[in-house]
Amino acid sequence: MNPNAWIQLAIYLIVLVALVKPLGWYMARVYQGQPCGLDRVLGWLEPGIYRLAGIDQQSEMGWKTYAFVVLLFNAIGLLAVYALQRLQGLLPFNPQDLDAVPPDLAFNTAVSFASNTNWQNYSGETTLSYLTQMVGLGVQNFVSAATGMAVLVALIRGLTRHSPSPPTPLPQGARGDSATIGNFWVDLVRSNLYILLPLSFVLALLLVSQGVVQNFQSYQQIDLVQTALDADKKPVTTQTLPMGPAASQIAIKQLGTNGGGFFNVNGAHPYENATPLSNFLELLAILLIPAALCYTFGVMVGDTRQGWAVLAAMMVVFVPLTIGCIAAEQAGNPAIDREVRFPLAGRASDGSQLPSLARPANEDEDSGGNMEGKEVRFGIASSALWACATTAASNGSVNSMHDSYTPLGGLIPMWLMQLGEVIFGGVGSGLYGMLMFVIVAVFVAGLMVGRTPEYLGKKIEAFEMKMASLVILIPPLVVLVGTAIAVLGPGLEYTDKGEMKNPPNPGAHGFSEVLYAFSSAGNNNGSAFAGLNGNNLFYNTALGIAMLISRYWLIIPTLAIAGSLARKKYTPSGAGTLPTHTPLFVVLIAGTVLLVGALTFVPALALGPVAEHLQMTAGNGAQP
Amino acid sequence: MKSHVRTAFTVFGLLTILTGAVYPALVTLIAQGVFPYQANGSVIMRDGKAVGSELIGQTFDIPRYFWSRPSATGPMPYNSEASSGSNLGPTNPALIEAVRDRTKAVREAHPDQSGPVPVDLVTASASGLDPHISPAAAEYQVKRVAKARDLKDDVVRELVRKNTEARTFGVLGEPRVNVLRVNRALDALNVKE
Repeated sequence: MNPNAWIQLAIYLIVLVALVKPLGWYMARVYQGQPCGLDRVLGWLEPGIYRLAGIDQQSEMGWKTYAFVVLLFNAIGLLAVYALQRLQGLLPFNPQDLDAVPPDLAFNTAVSFASNTNWQNYSGETTLSYLTQMVGLGVQNFVSAATGMAVLVALIRGLTRHSPSPPTPLPQGARGDSATIGNFWVDLVRSNLYILLPLSFVLALLLVSQGVVQNFQSYQQIDLVQTALDADKKPVTTQTLPMGPAASQIAIKQLGTNGGGFFNVNGAHPYENATPLSNFLELLAILLIPAALCYTFGVMVGDTRQGWAVLAAMMVVFVPLTIGCIAAEQAGNPAIDREVRFPLAGRASDGSQLPSLARPANEDEDSGGNMEGKEVRFGIASSALWACATTAASNGSVNSMHDSYTPLGGLIPMWLMQLGEVIFGGVGSGLYGMLMFVIVAVFVAGLMVGRTPEYLGKKIEAFEMKMASLVILIPPLVVLVGTAIAVLGPGLEYTDKGEMKNPPNPGAHGFSEVLYAFSSAGNNNGSAFAGLNGNNLFYNTALGIAMLISRYWLIIPTLAIAGSLARKKYTPSGAGTLPTHTPLFVVLIAGTVLLVGALTFVPALALGPVAEHLQMTAGNGAQP
Repeated sequence: MKSHVRTAFTVFGLLTILTGAVYPALVTLIAQGVFPYQANGSVIMRDGKAVGSELIGQTFDIPRYFWSRPSATGPMPYNSEASSGSNLGPTNPALIEAVRDRTKAVREAHPDQSGPVPVDLVTASASGLDPHISPAAAEYQVKRVAKARDLKDDVVRELVRKNTEARTFGVLGEPRVNVLRVNRALDALNVKE
C-alpha cells in the first residue's frame, strides 16, 4: 500500500467513527419516540399517515403479528415492483419507450429490491423506464431499508423489555405472545420520515453538485470530436448521453445498503459518481447507518459500551481485510506488468527469466497496479476501499469491476459477503445478524466457564440458540447448495462448438463468478462478478429464490428471538456473568464470525480464488 | 387480519407518494435551480451545440489527439448508452492478449518512449466511459501529439497541466487529466494560430 492509500483509509475511518455517536444518538431518539428535532418540521406528516392508514400509534404487536405485517408489507412491495416492470410500456415517464421487462427478469428484480439485495440482472439505462426506477426501485430502496431497521429495533426491544415498567403497560396477566416488541408501522414510518428521507435529501443534493445527473429529460445526442469505429468498422459520429433522476436514487441506494445502480456499471458510471469527492460521500454513506446503529443499540439497551463493543468487533474484521484488498490490487497483475514494463524484444517468453519487477516510475500517480476495470479518477485505493465497504455492508454497489480484481483482491469482497453480512451488513439486518453471532459467542463462552449464558440480563436458552443457529446457517446453505447446483450444469452455457460461454471467464475464475453470484444473492448483497450472464431463466429464478430465503427466513427467527427474550425475566449480573463490553469479548465475537465463515467457505474458496492466485503467480494464466 | 391488509396497502401507497414522487421531484426542483449544469449532465456547449460531456469520455485514437483509455462497451467503444467494463478475470488469456496487443500498438506509436507503458492506457475502465487518463499516461503521449500538430513539447505539456486535476483536498482519488478537455484545448490552439 502506498502512503496515500493509508491516508485515504484513515480519513475514511475517522470520519465514519466521528459520525457514529451523533447519528446513533439521534436514531435512538427516533425509535424511542422522543423529540428528535425534525419532528417539529415533519411532525404533521406522521400523525397524518397514521390517521389515513388507521394505525393506533400506542398499540403494540407480539412477535408473530410483527413478523406477519413485515411479510405482508414486503409482499405488496414485491408485487408492485413486478407489476410496474411488466406494465412500464403503457405507463408515463418512459421517454425511451422501453418495453415490458420479461417475467423472469422482472421477478428477479422485484425480489432483489424488496429484499434489500439489489442484484442487477437488468441494465438500468436500456431496460427500465424512469417511472420504474423511481416509483418501483426507488421506493423499495427506502422501505426495504426501513424494514431491516424496524426488525432490528424490535429485537433490541426484546432485549430491553424487562424493566418493572415497560414503556407500554402490558395487559393484565399478559403471557406468551402478548409480550410486545413494538409496532412495525410506527417503526417503518419513523425510519423513513426522520432518518432515511432527510439524509438522502442532503446527500442527493451534494451529489448533484459534483455532477451526478438529476433530470427528467430524454437521452441527449452529441456529435463526437473524433469519428470512432464500431465493431464492424463502420464510422460512429455521435454519442447518446443517458439522463434521468439519478442523484435522488443513488443517495438512498448508498444510505439504505441497497446498491442497485441507476446505470449498468453502478457507481463506476461518471453520471453516478462523478468525482473523488462524490465517491467519498457515497462511500461514507455505505457504512454510515450500519455503523451508527451500533451506537443506537447501545443507547437503547442503556449501556453504550455494548454498542461500541459490537462496532469494535466489526472493525477488527473489516480493517485488516480492507488493507489486504488494497495491497493486493496495488501489487497488480504480474502478467500485465510483464507486458507493460518490458520492451517486446527483451521479454522472456515464459516470463521466468525476467528481472525482479520494479514499481513503475509514477507509482504515486497510479500508473501501476491492477487498473483493469477501474476508473482513473478513483484509482486503486478508493476502488478497493469501496469494494470492501460495499461487501462488508450488504450494499453491493460498485465503483470498479470486481470481476477483474486480482484473485486475492476479489477473494476478500467475496468472503466479506460469505461472513453473513454481519460486518456492518445491511441497515438493521447487519446488526441483527451480528447479534445472533453475539448470542452464539455468549453461549460458547458460557459453555467454557460452565455457567448459564446470559446477554444483557437475559438468559440464552435452547430456543434462542436454535433460532440463532438458523439465522447463521441458512445463508451458507443457500450459497453452497446454489453454487453446487449451478456448476452441475444448469448454470453453465456452451456455444455450438462446445466451448464454455457462461461463465465467460475460463478455469478457476469461472467458478469464482458463480460462487460470487450465490454468495451475493444468498447474503442479500447485490454486487457481482459481472461477467457472469445472470439474465437467463436459471439465474433469474435461482438467485431470486436465494434472495427470498436469505432475507425472510432470517427475519422470522430473529423476531422469534425478540419475542422470546421479551418474555424473559431480567437477571441481574452476578460475579460469574461474562461482561460483554470488554476487549476479550470483542475478540470472542470477531473470532466466532471468522471461524464460522472460514470453516464453511474455505473449501469453496480454495477451488476458486485461491487456485487462481496460485495459477497467476506461477505464470500459467499469463500465457495465452 | 383484514385491517392489517388495509393498513399495509395504505402505508405502502403513502410511502410510495412520499419517497417515489415527492422526494425525487423536490430533489430535481432544487438541483435544477441550484446546479443546472451538473444536474443536466455537465454538457459542454459550443455555439449553442452540445459537443460532449466533460464527465463522459469519447474515443480518441488518432495521432493528433491524446488517446483515451480502452473501452469495453459494445458495439462501439465509449457507447454511453451501454456502460460496461470488460469483466475479464486476471488470468483470462483474452485479457493478457488484449493488453499485449494494446501495449504493442502504444509502443509503436511512441517510438521515442522507452519506459513502461502506463497501465491505464492499456486496460479497460470500469464504466467504459472513463473521461480521464493518468498524468503519466498523458506525459507518455506529449511528444507524439506535439509532433503531429507541429507544436513545441512544452506548449502541449502546458495544456496537459492546465487540464490536470489534483487529488481532492490533496488526498482523495487520484490525479487525472480530462482527455476531452485537453483535446478541445489543443484544437482551440490550432484554430488561433
